[in-house]
Amino acid sequence: MTLARRIIPCLDVDAGRVVKGVEFGGLRDMSDPEELAARYNSEGADELILLDITASRDGRATFLETVSRVAEQLNIPFTAGGGIRRLEDGNAVLRAGADKVTVNTAAVARPELISELAAQFGSQAVVLSMDVKKANARWEVFVRGGAESSGRDAAAWAREGVSRGAGEILLTSIDRDGTCSGFDCSLTATIAAQVSVPVIASGGAKTFHDFLAVFDEGHADAALAASIFHTAEHSIGALKRYLAGRGVPVRLSR
Amino acid sequence: MKISIIDYGAGNLPSVERALRTLGADTNCVIRPEEIATASALVLPGVGHFSAFVTGLRERDLTAALRDAIARSVPILGICLGLQAMFAASAEAPGEQGLDLIHEDVQALPTNVKSPHIGWNQLRRLRESVLLHEIPEDAYFYFAHSYAAAATEPHTAAACDHGLPFAAVVEQHNLMAVQFHPEKSGEVGARVLRNFLEWAQ
Repeated sequence: MTLARRIIPCLDVDAGRVVKGVEFGGLRDMSDPEELAARYNSEGADELILLDITASRDGRATFLETVSRVAEQLNIPFTAGGGIRRLEDGNAVLRAGADKVTVNTAAVARPELISELAAQFGSQAVVLSMDVKKANARWEVFVRGGAESSGRDAAAWAREGVSRGAGEILLTSIDRDGTCSGFDCSLTATIAAQVSVPVIASGGAKTFHDFLAVFDEGHADAALAASIFHTAEHSIGALKRYLAGRGVPVRLSR
Repeated sequence: MKISIIDYGAGNLPSVERALRTLGADTNCVIRPEEIATASALVLPGVGHFSAFVTGLRERDLTAALRDAIARSVPILGICLGLQAMFAASAEAPGEQGLDLIHEDVQALPTNVKSPHIGWNQLRRLRESVLLHEIPEDAYFYFAHSYAAAATEPHTAAACDHGLPFAAVVEQHNLMAVQFHPEKSGEVGARVLRNFLEWAQ
């Protein structure tokens, strides 16, 4: 009896369509979020994350509608976020059908946002998303979609986020994101050793071996990917069978 | 038979309702004590903080109505915090009282493991279980919680281990409860809900 390592597909959406950037740039239209959500749900995904990547105020209603339509397709846990600035934004996403809300830039600007969300909805519903990049010979937290350094040290920010009530850390390596050069296992292991909550590794997944490495060497509790699943390059079922064959505890769908 | 879901604003109510309707259940959401008094089967969903939960029940005068329903042998299914609320108290909110249908306290998960316990885990059957009927022994269920009740027998039908063993499935006469989220546990979760519906008939 072991807690399974999770495989989490991520849908980056803009104006109701799934898009995926390379190193946070160059958006490319990919697919319909409901269609992908239904596919992942049946393929054995352990969870789904939906991110509003442009997070414009005008697009808010469209995003909430997408959250609600995607929720209809799922009987697995569902996290949504992007542009969550206030308690009410988190409430709207949860009411639309998400189980957890993820916060990023606004939490760096005003860390109390994490405490407010955790007090209202419980830590299990609050995911602190951090975009991290090597800068000044350390790992720094970047904000605004990876465009701007916050000047915060990644490990210190992860610890603060958890002490304020974040129940999970979604850790994205900006250096690796969209590059298909593998997860940053060193960054993941560093953050996982600093916090008492689960860490979801993100950025750079390409091969099945990348997932094995981030669980074995990176000590990740979960691994997230987007493009490689969307393009049907890899099926989630095949990935999980590969991991199970190498001793990683995973939930195999039947 | 109508399944009445207790609606005090729990975050997971829409998913629980959707999962039950997908199985063909006739559901309604109830909030008043008189609605609970006439219900033929009840579901108590819950996420969040123990204090907010039991305070919410008390402020709406639901505590006594729920205890009466249990005493009248109405089938009830508690989910996640809805399981914890069946106990006497919780370390999450010292001084607050639960429904006290099981006279034990809910404790924090041990500090030597990651907490919250978030993700898919397996169960260890302690005895025959109504809710786990025809579900494979090695099936995974989705958990998301920081507190748990000890796996005391006989009310615990199945335990899960996270640092320490804890009660994952509680079955005591007409009182059924699960610490995991059946509405988020894929096909096996749907089977748990179907087992409850069939047993409640």
